[in-house]
Amino acid sequence: MSGRRIFTRPARLAAIAPYLWMLLFFLVPFGFVLKISLSQTAIAQPPYLPVFDLTQGFAAIKAASAELSLDNFRLLVSDNLYVMSYLRSLAVAAVSTSILLVIGYPIAYGMARLPKRWQGVAMMLVIVPFWTSFLIRIYAWINILQHDGLLNKILLALHLVSAPVVWLSTDSAMYLGIVYSYLPFMILPLYAVLARMEPALLEAASDLGSSPRQAFWLVTFPLSLPGVAAGVLLCFIPIVGEFVIPDLLAGSSSMMIGQTLWLEFFTNKDWPVASAAAVVLLVLLLVPLAFYDRLQRRQLEDARS
Amino acid sequence: MAEELSNGEPQADAADVPLLRIDAVVKRFGVFRAVDRLSLDIRAGEFFALLGPSGCGKTTLLRMLAGFETPDQGRILLDGKDIAQVPPHQRPVNMMFQNYALFPHLTVRDNIAFGLKRLGMPGSEIDSRVAELVALVKLEGLEKRKPDQLSGGQKQRVALARSLARRPQVLLLDEPLAALDKKLRESTQLELMELQRRLGMTFIIVTHDQEEAMTVADRIGVMDAGRLEQVATPRELYEAPASRWVAEFVGDINLFEGQIEPRESRLTMAPRLAIVTRDAGTVFVAEPRQPIAKTSVCVAIRPEKIKLSSRGPVSSDNTHAINRLEGVVTDVGYLGGVTTYKVKLDSGAVLRSSMANTARLDLDAYSPGQRVVAWFSPDDCVVLEQ
Repeated sequence: MSGRRIFTRPARLAAIAPYLWMLLFFLVPFGFVLKISLSQTAIAQPPYLPVFDLTQGFAAIKAASAELSLDNFRLLVSDNLYVMSYLRSLAVAAVSTSILLVIGYPIAYGMARLPKRWQGVAMMLVIVPFWTSFLIRIYAWINILQHDGLLNKILLALHLVSAPVVWLSTDSAMYLGIVYSYLPFMILPLYAVLARMEPALLEAASDLGSSPRQAFWLVTFPLSLPGVAAGVLLCFIPIVGEFVIPDLLAGSSSMMIGQTLWLEFFTNKDWPVASAAAVVLLVLLLVPLAFYDRLQRRQLEDARS
Repeated sequence: MAEELSNGEPQADAADVPLLRIDAVVKRFGVFRAVDRLSLDIRAGEFFALLGPSGCGKTTLLRMLAGFETPDQGRILLDGKDIAQVPPHQRPVNMMFQNYALFPHLTVRDNIAFGLKRLGMPGSEIDSRVAELVALVKLEGLEKRKPDQLSGGQKQRVALARSLARRPQVLLLDEPLAALDKKLRESTQLELMELQRRLGMTFIIVTHDQEEAMTVADRIGVMDAGRLEQVATPRELYEAPASRWVAEFVGDINLFEGQIEPRESRLTMAPRLAIVTRDAGTVFVAEPRQPIAKTSVCVAIRPEKIKLSSRGPVSSDNTHAINRLEGVVTDVGYLGGVTTYKVKLDSGAVLRSSMANTARLDLDAYSPGQRVVAWFSPDDCVVLEQ
């Protein structure tokens, strides 16, 4: 008897639903973007050429296809602006993710070691900020960080500084905003792994001669690595493409790829280059995603065997 | 100062000092006393079992020996040194955990080597020690496996090897065989005894399984409500329980409450005590070694010591030599090696008897509704104060 037979018709529909969703809302739009990235910019509506018109018949589409080229991708590679944007995005994501891990791990560890009834409360406290819109929270930070904002007032009142410090439009402000916004995404997967860990394993480690510190590095930490990987990727990937936080909190001297993309699209109205930048970003992010996927699959296999 | 003084004591006592002395230890969880002023001596090389119902404090006691719990009062002396406050990683004691607690991210070899690496042992020495242990628990060829890839029995062996690796002065075993099926458990019990004898190590096992305790242990401590009810060899525990609670907890038993008859006539040579019971009439019992202070007592008799027959024993001219009760069989349970009977006595009480099926053909079998005579010797009765 084949395993598939056990699915009844509605179950089969449920099984293909995610693929349908992916097709409609990811693959098809991506096809559009890919096509635009191979087109040339034009002063027209839409602002690129060629335009595929399905009503003109097959020959016209074939002719239009011949006009597609990789010029935009060549531009991305040759122009320093784009390369620097990509590098800055990756650097910002790497630095932010490291800070997130260093802050998030102890918090998750502390939460997992709380008495059971307090763990729910701690979890709520981590999630509660999501009840306020992300944008509003970033604007709140602008308020706090600005010239006569809360932070400077406190520093002045405590006589820690003699004149207001410039916080806004600096990299520090951007990192603060990113770390603040993404912290729950780092804490939650780490907490999930740490809370599941059998306390007897730590007792065994200590019984076999490990000091509490050794027990942490030899048992707790290695066993929490799947959570570390999940948290790191959950933060790293969206931070690379982050637009709002650097745009609102960082200075304008250097841009992340999200900002460059926005600029090309809305200010320069160069849809093809913006699309090409988006395609390259996606391909870049496929690398860590593939890594994450492999990790998860290995875990599944481990769990099954 | 006190330690110096105790060192100055005569050396003759040294041999009598037990390896492990638990001295009036108390452990409270909130207002609940998990272990209640418990004292116990365990000798070097002994296989000792802590037996008791769940929640009796046996695991808490074991965890205090390992160092995972700290006593609120009392001392735990290992080789004369109080280790009650020593953290677990500094104790010369190791534990085999109930669900093994193997490190899932490490191979069999690395699990076993874990404790040796913490000792700072050189690599070559670790290798030879691990190889020795792998051979000892018969795990050859599985060194590179992860715990996930092992069967229950194999995991149990890894856990055992890991806990033996540091050659602890005392090995603590917390329900070590509970996760194994019956056949494997029985063979592993024998292997465990073999191993303990060969290594000459002191083993303390915690179990709720009395057969297991009886099989493996030299001595058993029966615990209830944080206290030791009795510490004895398996045979003593079964044949001479110290209290009604122990008698009922260990194995099956028939209990008859009654009063000791004032002694008037000495008709027999053997010293006999007559006890008038409500359920079984007058029962003759062997005079206990310790005199009984109260007159209100309980006669206890194990089911296998009660024989059934359709007419009763032939040589019953001496009424004091044998106890006879009559009743009707109500229940028959055939268990293969033995058959258990429930006999409703004429007084209305139910008597349990079990008889070994020594012959293949059921010549001795009785069926429900059949009237039988149940008889037992006064020597097989135990008198317990109520």
